[in-house]
Amino acid sequence: MARIGVFTCWCGENVARHVDIEKVTETVAQMPGVRCSINYKYMCSDPGQAQIRDKIQSERLTGLVVASCSPHMHLKTFRKAAQTAGLNPYLVEMANIREHCSWVHHNREEATAKALDLIRMSVEKVKRDHELVPIRVPLTRRALVIGGGVAGIQAALDIADAGHEVALVEREPSIGGKMAGLSETFPTLDCSQCILTPRMVEVGQHPNIKLYTYSEVESVEGYVGNFKITIRQKARYVDMVKCTGCGDCWNSCPIKKNLSEFDCGMGFRKAIYIPFPQAVPARPVIDRLACTRLKRGTGCGLCEKKCQAKAINFADEDKLVVEQAGAVIVATGYKLYNIAKEQDNAQLSGYGEYGYGKYKDVIDALQFERLVSASGPTGGEIKRPSDGKIPQSVVFIKCVGSRDNAKGLAYCSKICCMYTAKHTMLYKHKTPGGEAHVFYMDIRAGGKAYDEFVRRAIEQDGAKYYRGRVSKITEENGKLIVRGADTLAGAPVTIEADMVVLAVAMRPADGVHALAQKLNVGYDEFGFLSESHPKLRPVETNAAGVFICGACHAPKDIPEAVAQASAAAGKTLVMFGREELTREPEIARINEQTCAACYTCVRGCPYTAIERAETLTPKGVHVKYTARVNEGLCMGCGTCVALCPSKSAELEGFTEQQIYSMVESLMT
Amino acid sequence: MTSAASIGYYPGCALHGSSNDYEASVRACLGALGVELCELNDWICCGATAAHSLNHNLAVALPARNLAIAERDGVRELLAPCPMCSMELIRGNRAMARDEKLRRKMSEIVELNIKGETKVLNLIQVFQGIGMDAIKAAVKYPLTEISAACYYGCLLTRPPEDLRFDDCEHPSSMETIIEALGGKTVEWNYKTECCGAGMTLANTDTVLELSHKILSNARAHGANCVVAACPMCHVNLDMKQGDVERRYGVRHGMMIYYLSDLTGLALGIDAHTLGIDRHFVVTK
Repeated sequence: MARIGVFTCWCGENVARHVDIEKVTETVAQMPGVRCSINYKYMCSDPGQAQIRDKIQSERLTGLVVASCSPHMHLKTFRKAAQTAGLNPYLVEMANIREHCSWVHHNREEATAKALDLIRMSVEKVKRDHELVPIRVPLTRRALVIGGGVAGIQAALDIADAGHEVALVEREPSIGGKMAGLSETFPTLDCSQCILTPRMVEVGQHPNIKLYTYSEVESVEGYVGNFKITIRQKARYVDMVKCTGCGDCWNSCPIKKNLSEFDCGMGFRKAIYIPFPQAVPARPVIDRLACTRLKRGTGCGLCEKKCQAKAINFADEDKLVVEQAGAVIVATGYKLYNIAKEQDNAQLSGYGEYGYGKYKDVIDALQFERLVSASGPTGGEIKRPSDGKIPQSVVFIKCVGSRDNAKGLAYCSKICCMYTAKHTMLYKHKTPGGEAHVFYMDIRAGGKAYDEFVRRAIEQDGAKYYRGRVSKITEENGKLIVRGADTLAGAPVTIEADMVVLAVAMRPADGVHALAQKLNVGYDEFGFLSESHPKLRPVETNAAGVFICGACHAPKDIPEAVAQASAAAGKTLVMFGREELTREPEIARINEQTCAACYTCVRGCPYTAIERAETLTPKGVHVKYTARVNEGLCMGCGTCVALCPSKSAELEGFTEQQIYSMVESLMT
Repeated sequence: MTSAASIGYYPGCALHGSSNDYEASVRACLGALGVELCELNDWICCGATAAHSLNHNLAVALPARNLAIAERDGVRELLAPCPMCSMELIRGNRAMARDEKLRRKMSEIVELNIKGETKVLNLIQVFQGIGMDAIKAAVKYPLTEISAACYYGCLLTRPPEDLRFDDCEHPSSMETIIEALGGKTVEWNYKTECCGAGMTLANTDTVLELSHKILSNARAHGANCVVAACPMCHVNLDMKQGDVERRYGVRHGMMIYYLSDLTGLALGIDAHTLGIDRHFVVTK
């Protein structure tokens, strides 16, 4: 016979205001199987928990229902309390009479009735709970970080400094990401490269970090604590060990007119190149599509002749390498909304009115960064792309793509207000007498010393801000005619500009969706990766052991990306600090007695957690084939339970019997 | 579209009235390209600006009636050469596709069942359907003398969510057609600016100013004619050109062709059949 204890919480006034606690307590005491029913003002407090512990022992309870808040809030608290008193923690259920009841229903009578229903269901459920033991999984104390921008670098260094090995995978020939290309950073105007490059060097030299540049994640197998990742090292055509990075090869290369990716198409690079002088590793790569020798198979080979270290290898091929890791951190960053004519997604309609891809002097914010950067194609002089003249008037347009449902992106890109203010300052500092005009929707400058920075741009440096949108940009006699609205003055504005800079929206980097699918990480409608909980689990994902940080999660600035990266590293280290890994035991089980090996579950499992297995006698004679759940991978979603035609799949803690008895309890 | 194809034709008030020159040239040049136009039987006004500014139900009901007639008569593709008409028809179709209740209500009002199966096309889309290769092959007199400023006006590429045949803000489909006809086109800045449209009666000054800007910009970028595909644009740029010249004391002398005029000329149809001699501005 069950001996269930029901503990109803007032949650101060949160529950008690709309639910008649006394009536609930009395009614519950009469429910079959309920041994004791008590209430208390704050069940989660120390005295509250003490009552629970006392009752478990004095009443020899076999199950516990706490009627209070959401299990997300306090299930762990009450399970722990039960465990201290000697009761298996998986014999604790919570009836959520706060979020699901008192917070949403304000008719006292009805809310009380609903609270009783919720408790009745939980009582029925807990009666059929049985003791479970957390699953132990082995743990590889190595981490894999995907993406070598500032977030990936930070996460990798934190973990490596704590004494664990890290493999860092970067798609480009060098680490550094977008930040390496920035000029100066807000709100301090300190040089981006000066902050980042020492960190890059640290990564390159760290004994605990294994760097895979010009590489991509090919496939991921395994589960938390035990990932097996296959990495594709793209053919670099340069032997990383022999090469000394002297530069003879790229100095001799005759193929000059290749648009530099690092300079966002504002400058050129050779066919054999390092992306920028401070690259890590400082080893060149050959652009297979540009190199004469690689395109034709013969000829040229000047770099090979010049290389004294004999490091050029035209026969190089892609290599696949397998890495083991216990945790994966995704830091793949962002790309910008495309202002050129073609959009990668048909739902994004582009900005024809701004003359995208048509007027050379309409550029995006990252291109402007390269124009201002001392390491940029103009050596930091702001010269416009069309004719190299110094622009005397520049218009900055914010929210291009962002916050624009008509173009397909509803979200705020968050950093544009700040970097546009920075752009106006840098432009004004470098161009005496130059005019900076900014069209904005709102100025969103939340952050330490952020609003002060924007005010400085306006008040000290004299940037002119217009609250309104630009309707059209046309070109007349070498000037860009920018027509917009100043909604505060209530008048149309026309500005003859020499250059226009578009603060275009941030979007997740290319290829992140394929990667997310390999890792079983969710993403939102805009393609940003989803965290496990927006407040309490911001760097975890719903795939155990996979963490996210930086702009792959949402648009964010450098400090925030770095903070999140350290958080992801911290979470990884918490995991690595454990003796062994345990997982919640509420996962699926296959009854191998009744399983007919149809493998519907194998095909349906979103986490590839179900395997084909063979049952053998102790002597090794084949008995039958069955499906079997991999305890490390199963996330307890229950898809297999719904799919199984022979009802052989069951979810621990949520058995069909439990669900049915809960439903039945509602109907009596 | 195969040769001797037949499509539905919704002239709207303008093409049967003040802009019958447009109808003449549309019929002549599409006829020469092997497209037969079947005028909707018993069509009514699309509602234009008047309906949608006054009464939402009326603004849907009027186009709904025309769409319903088209469906009843098995018309799958319906050419509405006037962009105002095509936009009203498209908007009507869209409103009913989004709102099942509205669709049923409209079916009741117009006493015909509407399923939303008729696709509304403008003149450019019909040319695109014929294909540039077919048009090129039919050209008898390439437009070597023509340096055209293609003028789309405000409505031809709108609403952009439904009309995906071209970029709404920087269109280029008309240029493609003119170039297929052997003509040259100029890059200019007023392709999609408003001509003032119906303000031509209520606020003539505004229309004159806008038309003057459009004509001046076309001239400044080296155009020797403007090509339009909208009766309203044509009125404001052609009929009003004399007023513009008097008001601003300039001489524009800019021929305003319909897209179908130039196509017809290139195909060897005479100017009279195309109604070009009924334009106000006539040079050469």
